[in-house]
Amino acid sequence: MRVPLEWLHEYCAPDLDVLALADRLAMTGTEVERVERHGVSGLDNFVVGKVLRAEQHPDADRLRVCLVDTGDGEPSQIVCGAPNVATGQTVAVARPGAVMPDGTKLKVAKLRGQPSNGMILAEDEVAIGTDHDGIMVLPDEVPPGTPLQRVLPIATDVLVLEVTPNRPDCLGIYGVAREVHAATGAELSAPPWAEDPGAADRNARDVTELVRIDVECPELCPRFTARVFEDVKIAPSPPWLKARLMAAGQRPISNIVDITNYVMLLTGQPLHAFDLDRIAGAQLTVRTAHDGETMQTLDGQTRTLDSEMVLIADADGPTSIAGVMGGARSEVEPTTTRVLMEVANWNGANIHRTSLKLGLRSEASSRNEKGLQPEQAMEAQAIAAQLIIDLCGASLVPGTIDIGGDGPPPKTILLRDARITSLLGVEIPRSRSAEILIALEFDPHPVFDGLEVTVPAFRRADVTREADLIEEVARLGALESLPATLPSRHGAAGRLTEVQRLRRGAADALTAQGLHEIVGWSFEGPELAARLRIADRAVVELENPMSTEQSRLRTTLLGSLLDVGRRNRSRGAPALRLFEAGAVYLPREGARPDEPYHVAALLSGPVRRATWRDPEPPPADFFAAKGVLAGVLDSIRVPWSLRADPQTEPFLHPGRAARILIDGEPAGWIGEIHPQVAAGWDWTEAIAAFEVDLDAVAATVHGHVAHYRDLTSFPEIREDLAVIVPDTVSAAEVLAVVRAAGSSLLAGAEVFDVYRDEHRIGAGNVSLALRLRFRAPDRTLTDEEVAARRRKIVAALGSELNGRVRDS
Amino acid sequence: MSGRIAEIQQEAGAAIAAATTTTALEDVRVRYLGRKAELPNLLRSVAELPPEQRAATGKAANQARQALEAAIERRGGELAAAELEQRLITDRLDVTLPADPLPAIGRLHLMTQTRREIEDVFIGLGFNVAEGPEVETVYYNFDALNHAPTHPSRLLTDTFYIRPAQDEIDIFHPETALLRVHTSPMQVRAMQSQPPPIYIIVPGRVYRPDSDATHTPQFHQIEGLAVDTDITLADLKGTLLTFARAIFGEERQVRLRPHFFPFTEPSVEVDVSCFNCVDGVTADGQRCPLCKGTAWIEILGSGMVDPNVLAEVADNGYDPEKVQGFAFGMGIERIAMLKHGVPDLRLFYDNDIRLLEQF
Repeated sequence: MRVPLEWLHEYCAPDLDVLALADRLAMTGTEVERVERHGVSGLDNFVVGKVLRAEQHPDADRLRVCLVDTGDGEPSQIVCGAPNVATGQTVAVARPGAVMPDGTKLKVAKLRGQPSNGMILAEDEVAIGTDHDGIMVLPDEVPPGTPLQRVLPIATDVLVLEVTPNRPDCLGIYGVAREVHAATGAELSAPPWAEDPGAADRNARDVTELVRIDVECPELCPRFTARVFEDVKIAPSPPWLKARLMAAGQRPISNIVDITNYVMLLTGQPLHAFDLDRIAGAQLTVRTAHDGETMQTLDGQTRTLDSEMVLIADADGPTSIAGVMGGARSEVEPTTTRVLMEVANWNGANIHRTSLKLGLRSEASSRNEKGLQPEQAMEAQAIAAQLIIDLCGASLVPGTIDIGGDGPPPKTILLRDARITSLLGVEIPRSRSAEILIALEFDPHPVFDGLEVTVPAFRRADVTREADLIEEVARLGALESLPATLPSRHGAAGRLTEVQRLRRGAADALTAQGLHEIVGWSFEGPELAARLRIADRAVVELENPMSTEQSRLRTTLLGSLLDVGRRNRSRGAPALRLFEAGAVYLPREGARPDEPYHVAALLSGPVRRATWRDPEPPPADFFAAKGVLAGVLDSIRVPWSLRADPQTEPFLHPGRAARILIDGEPAGWIGEIHPQVAAGWDWTEAIAAFEVDLDAVAATVHGHVAHYRDLTSFPEIREDLAVIVPDTVSAAEVLAVVRAAGSSLLAGAEVFDVYRDEHRIGAGNVSLALRLRFRAPDRTLTDEEVAARRRKIVAALGSELNGRVRDS
Repeated sequence: MSGRIAEIQQEAGAAIAAATTTTALEDVRVRYLGRKAELPNLLRSVAELPPEQRAATGKAANQARQALEAAIERRGGELAAAELEQRLITDRLDVTLPADPLPAIGRLHLMTQTRREIEDVFIGLGFNVAEGPEVETVYYNFDALNHAPTHPSRLLTDTFYIRPAQDEIDIFHPETALLRVHTSPMQVRAMQSQPPPIYIIVPGRVYRPDSDATHTPQFHQIEGLAVDTDITLADLKGTLLTFARAIFGEERQVRLRPHFFPFTEPSVEVDVSCFNCVDGVTADGQRCPLCKGTAWIEILGSGMVDPNVLAEVADNGYDPEKVQGFAFGMGIERIAMLKHGVPDLRLFYDNDIRLLEQF
């Protein structure tokens, strides 16, 4: 909403500069997006002049050499190219030194040999109109030398407001003036609709003889008003009106169209002018459209309507989409002499829907959809009538067609003093509340515990409850001096939940191992899924994505890790240690998707930084990732294991892939990325990665409390054991057999060496060196006890895994 | 005999003193105390002496031997220390070569660090941390939060909707799924699951179709909600003042500017006093680029919970006549950008390691 100060000041002119006014409005609830200057930046050297003489330029057909009295003694010679310049005219002059709206500074010039001391102005040259066909001719009574600003608004500051959706009353200049009045205390003039030239004969019947109006859907059209004007002369609008439209951001067109726009900008209420003689059958019907009904709107487009859209039709069919846009068929033309001015009130939600469905937004629809009040219709009629009479030489046909009338009677709300205090935390004297409400045109009456407040029609939709009144009092009377206190809390205490602590713990364990956290997109594209070989997986798709690459929600964190990895590699990062934690989105039948919280890590390149002592550290591989995974899961104390499975995930190297089991249940994957998948990210080195569902982890550790075990009173006995087993037997299987046979006396068993040599231990075999730790909780174990246990382990390895102990 | 012992002792003493290396000292030891040397032989032959000489000679020879052994030990220690010193001086490192690197240090993303910092401030103020789904319904995201059917943020241009399995999308149906545009839907979910009093913050990912230097289609917010019997707008101001001081420094002030949000009434935007300037002017006399010379920086939107929102959960003890509260919502990235001078929101999602390492 653009508010030219020149226009605003007609109704309320606080003694504040524009920035101070903007600040005051911002601090009382009217957001000021920015302050602009419209027109010329400085007023100096723009004056009224009198053309004393206008003669043909000796050397140029299209130029005239004029002698112009600009009020400062000696008349100036000015060369002018306008065809309409003539002796005796009062004109607008820019003298040398004037700074034009585009920033250029006018100088004395020579045009085809004739000196020109300035310029006689056309309206577009000072941005108060769009016409460049001729110079502006001013009323004769203005004396030469008068500063031009006194006659024409060639410069004004413009407040660009962001009107919040609850305040459609501020979509008009007068509404803003009310707000300025309440915010600054500056006097507010009577509303511009106070004098209605049609008021005297509002109920006269004459107009009904000229046109017939039917409203078939009053719930969607609470009020429809129409007036008729005869002897209308379509012509350009006067400069002051054009100037205001320009400053407010509207192009002037012709007097009738300009008046509808002007009144809309002033009141917030859209109007529509019909050429009465082009309304077929001299009748208008407001009705809902038939499904599939079409009409051509003013912008030349054919629109297909549905049965919830409201249109205005004449005897030949639709002429307007109600509240949104008119049709070409009954538009006002240069030859129009009889105008029907329609001002109607529409159901905001319905207009919003129509505008949305048709993809058609207009100045009218953007106001109507906010939900205007029926009273505004007659306010707009009153101003429009006066302007049409004044500016178009027209006469008003007595009578107003008014179907629906004013809105419901005003609501009265009780505003309790105690409630203000309890909600704001500060006491506001009742007299102060009343003062604020009166300034906003509410009508407060004291009762024993507060005020009974009657809401003005133009705030009917916004202010319906006590809380809404308290907001009015607060924004103008309490916010600036509000104390800062803390809630009494009544014993509420804050802490992280178990799951939240676990998530923090997992992230901390990863950074402790040198991994950087990234934050990727929740979105992914089908192409990424295809590269990951998971294109067939069910996904959540967006209805209105910004791009194909962001058209669905991810089911794995791997995609963003690979994307970020590639980006960093291309920027020269030698090694990558990255992780991400966040939701993935798994579709579920007939419900919102499941959003498990995952953590995933990616390693590639040297596991350590190369140095002069360690010039070639090994590249990250499966075991590097496994180490990081262990770092995470062990630090949050969750029991886990891996199960080798070539089918784990289609994007993994089948020989280097495993499922992560939490408490025996699958809860993620770990492995090296399949070389062909890696190639999809221009990657040739090994990439090791894992992803684990932390929600599953959280479920297993829920409520877990560690209990003390005595590991210090009795010593541990350590023994090493090398066992040769077939290569097909995994280390985990060996350890499982060892642990089972070792029973409770075996406190731990780890693999510390792996050895293959077909000559010494036979082809297809592997030797695993195990470190066994024996301990009893209540005594020091004897050598005999340990030896017996060791024998059982050796026997079990032999019988269950065909393993034998290696002697050498 | 005792004269000879004294002689040997003197001679050996001189030799020990003259030895300049541990090798020379060893030669001295062998010469005077070795198996074939005179003094040990003398000691061994004491038994052959006449009985009246044995005691005196044996004692003298023994004392001489002990004295020489001690002298050699002492001298040996001195020489060894000197020789070690000499050797160490030649065992030289180029100390200017690079050190072994520390174990790599990983960083939490700046967004996470900021999120935790904010969470911890509010936990200290007695708030719990609640999280809710990112794929929400029209009901929780708009309807229950008192958004009029005409509210512009419902449009396809302002909200990402989930494509329905079948049927055309109906953006006004309460069950229609969307990506939440704010963390506010959790207000109603939390109040449905817990009667008052409630003090929560809700951090999480939110989505809006927008992309430029200050907008990304995905970003993070922290919602706050406090509902109790006596929460006031002044309490909101005090809570946010505490927050602002914890994050931006103890000198900060906050101010409330009236605004409009559908789910709060009264609604306010909150500004924090600029921490980069004094009254909009930087130390070097320039117009402050951070607050654009206004001395205030907008950090969040908030207000008193609208009675219509409470009415949605009145059955769970939230009668708008009996309880009241405040709510606020802030962008985590925005707080981080302000605090750390990050110029472009998109950098958060670029994840350049050189940026990640800075924080």
